[in-house]
Amino acid sequence: MDNRPVLLEIDNLQTHFRTMDGVNRAVDGVSFSVRSGETLAVVGESGCGKSVTAMSILRLIPEPPGKIAGSIRFGGRDLLKLSDREMRQIRGNEISMIFQEPMTSLNPVLTVGRQIGETLRLHQGMSAAKAEERAVEMLRLVGIPEPGRRVREYPHQLSGGMRQRVMIAIALACNPKLLIADEPTTALDVTIQAQILDLMRDLKTSVGAAIVLITHDLGVVAEVAERVVVMYAGKKVEEAPVGELFRRPKHPYTQGLLGSVPRLGSSLTGETSRLAEIPGLVPSLKQKIPGCVFASRCPKATDFCVAVAPGLELKAPAHVAACHYAEKEAA
Amino acid sequence: MSATAIPPGTAVAPPMPDILPNVKPKRGFTGFLRRHPTIAIGGVLLILMLCVAIFAPYLWTRDPTALAPALRTREPSAQFWFGSDMLGRDVYSRVLYGARVSLMVGFSVAILASVIGLFIGLTSGFNRIADSIVMRIMDGMMSIPSILLAIALMALTRGSVQNVIVAITIAEIPRVSRLVRGVVLSLREQPYVEAAVASGTRTPAIIFKHILPNTLAPLTVQATYICAAAMITEAILSFIGAGTPPIIPSWGNIMAEGRALWQVKPYIVFFPAVFLSLTVLAVNLVGDGLRDAIDPRLAKRL
Amino acid sequence: MWAYIVRRILATIPVMAVVALFVFSLLYLAPGDPAAVIAGDQATPEDVERIRASLGLDRPYLVRFGEWVWNIARGDLGISIFTNLPVSTMIAQRVEPTLSLCLITLVLAVSVAVPLGVVAAWKQGTLVDRAVMGFAVLGFSVPVFVVGYLLAYVFALELDWFPVQGYTPFSEGVLPWLENLVLPAIALGGVYIALIARITRATMLEVLSQDYIRTARAKGANQRSILFLHALKNAAVPIVTVVGIGMALLIGGAVVTESVFAIPGLGRLTVDAILRRDYPVIQGVVLLFSFVYVLVNLLIDLLYTLFDPRIRY
Repeated sequence: MDNRPVLLEIDNLQTHFRTMDGVNRAVDGVSFSVRSGETLAVVGESGCGKSVTAMSILRLIPEPPGKIAGSIRFGGRDLLKLSDREMRQIRGNEISMIFQEPMTSLNPVLTVGRQIGETLRLHQGMSAAKAEERAVEMLRLVGIPEPGRRVREYPHQLSGGMRQRVMIAIALACNPKLLIADEPTTALDVTIQAQILDLMRDLKTSVGAAIVLITHDLGVVAEVAERVVVMYAGKKVEEAPVGELFRRPKHPYTQGLLGSVPRLGSSLTGETSRLAEIPGLVPSLKQKIPGCVFASRCPKATDFCVAVAPGLELKAPAHVAACHYAEKEAA
Repeated sequence: MSATAIPPGTAVAPPMPDILPNVKPKRGFTGFLRRHPTIAIGGVLLILMLCVAIFAPYLWTRDPTALAPALRTREPSAQFWFGSDMLGRDVYSRVLYGARVSLMVGFSVAILASVIGLFIGLTSGFNRIADSIVMRIMDGMMSIPSILLAIALMALTRGSVQNVIVAITIAEIPRVSRLVRGVVLSLREQPYVEAAVASGTRTPAIIFKHILPNTLAPLTVQATYICAAAMITEAILSFIGAGTPPIIPSWGNIMAEGRALWQVKPYIVFFPAVFLSLTVLAVNLVGDGLRDAIDPRLAKRL
Repeated sequence: MWAYIVRRILATIPVMAVVALFVFSLLYLAPGDPAAVIAGDQATPEDVERIRASLGLDRPYLVRFGEWVWNIARGDLGISIFTNLPVSTMIAQRVEPTLSLCLITLVLAVSVAVPLGVVAAWKQGTLVDRAVMGFAVLGFSVPVFVVGYLLAYVFALELDWFPVQGYTPFSEGVLPWLENLVLPAIALGGVYIALIARITRATMLEVLSQDYIRTARAKGANQRSILFLHALKNAAVPIVTVVGIGMALLIGGAVVTESVFAIPGLGRLTVDAILRRDYPVIQGVVLLFSFVYVLVNLLIDLLYTLFDPRIRY
């Protein structure tokens, strides 16, 4: 049993947006927790609400048009109840974030050193000179060659992989307790992806931060995560330790997702090597769905699924899923 | 609808509350006006001014040029609603008739500059040789502040409403040409237009099928702004004595005549100023509303 | 870098040539006989001939254009028909008031409009935003001389805070100089403020939706630093460009503002020249203003590197 203390506890998170044609219920009742030093992956197709969940934790959702409800407890405080000022002291300091697009996530008109140093000056009151010195150290830590020269350069002078390293340096500069990484490797070349993942794993052990990894890449999940939350249409549909989830997925959606990953060497076994597809489309989040959100695409769906939304149930030890027909195993 | 029977022991997800009120926007014409209130306000104001201009003789006015030396510079009263000027003419009648000049200049310049600018823009968008020559000229003309250009033109011609229209039109053409040319050049790179060119569609067909429909929206918006600018330029030209001849009552002329007395008889300047400002405001509001209503990507160009 | 600057300066030569050609050709393109128009209705045939000769209309177009350009290159803008003084001398006497007015208006407009635009973008959709945008539409709609008279009536005639009209040279003290220019600068600045505030808001809205602003917020940066450090620096290039283009409004408006406030500058010179149909003076002023306008915009182009490190020449 995991006895590390709980660091982040999200309870019944709802993030909705007002749009031109109705309210978009992007995240609708998601709960999960993260323990100190743990790596949790949140997976799902694009548009399932995983990025919005990540942004909601740091309250980076503009309100209006958005609105966040529920509770996000971090270190004994509900982040949703903090003032803007208190929230700013947490951002970049205790919780920091890495974004998907390293090409556009760095400010093009400020030097790399200034952007890393800004966090240190904000949260640790460092002088400009001291902050630049530390920025050079951070650049060295994330494996950028010639950090003394790079620190004075602008983002457009760096490659995509280097920029993501700079983003990581910014995120880790203040030794955060929690790092939220939103698709950190998606926009990078495959070889660079592996390097960045290795770097994150190394830094995690040395810094000791917990990581919430948002991704749609199950290969990445298998490699770094300890526990996995599967999201679909703004809801959590399944949660389990990584090995358990890959071996015995309970929710038909998760089974579909795992079925759609090409397996190395599967063509040699003579089986059909086609990627399994989940037929149908993600439902619009602008209408309330009375039953199971996955019913419209689920091979096992019945009239009962369409009428009654399944709740999350313990299906096996430490393994929950929201499906009426997922088999339960004895604890 | 009958309630579905839920077997005991089934986990049911709790219903999620609404945290934002679900307000659906209105559709149709009233919805459009509600989303773009500036078009409604500006439109009403503009129609009002048009009515004033058209029906000026029937709105309790008298001859705007009739002199009455004995009744000079009277304060606003029951007899002279807006007072009388230094020649005893009724300012109310002059202001109402003045709407005709302003609106005529505004609309004429907007239409002429749009049509000529459209032609020049299309030509230089499709012909590289014409483009390099025409755009050089346009660059030069755009380097002359438009009011100065109009002043220079007016200094060489006799004052008349037609000459004012021509002078302001010439000063406004370069901007329209640039806009149209920009739209043409960006549309030409669109895959569907490139495909049409590659498949041998003739240029006029491409212009009418692909270019014109996409040019019309930004051009309409630009035309409203030109209309507003032209009315201001006309007033400025008349005000400094380079515009409409003094016999014709125009808002700029009335103000120019009231200039000498503005410290003691400010109402002579005040009333035409209010009418001019309101009319230009109305046109600008319509323009802003149209700009917001059309494709935001094209709106950025304006 | 230097090669680029030289190239840009050379590129303005054809533009200036077109301006010169255009201003010069107006005399020939004008319908009717410009000499007769300029001489006025009471002129004798001898007067008209004298004016025709002094404008050079009696000689071939190209010869005359060549002479004219050559003279301008030497700083000779011709002789005024009315005063018989060199146009360049007349202009030189009138430069200071106009330059003062334009500079003060420029400083005032930029320092008011940019913060207004930034705040409007930050508070997008709120009452503050609507107020700023409403003010901008008004700025575009109320002509400069209307604002001028309104200000003069309220703050000079009624409240007696500022002098009604006139101009005091800079050499007679900064305060009197400034006192006379406050109202004209506000009147002239109206349209310019509206223009700059609008582009600032539009550009800021676009910049504020960029990913790097989200990064800055995720770092815990405060609102002021996000707006004025992270966003405004990225918005600088379009804003500065519009400040340059808007100089045309400033120059055009100065002509009118100077008549309202009786400032003896180039604008007054132009208006007087119109009333006397003194075409060489008008020609000279138009050329000078256009030249300044082109030069300012060239300068702004070269300043882009200061604002955006991605632009390299």
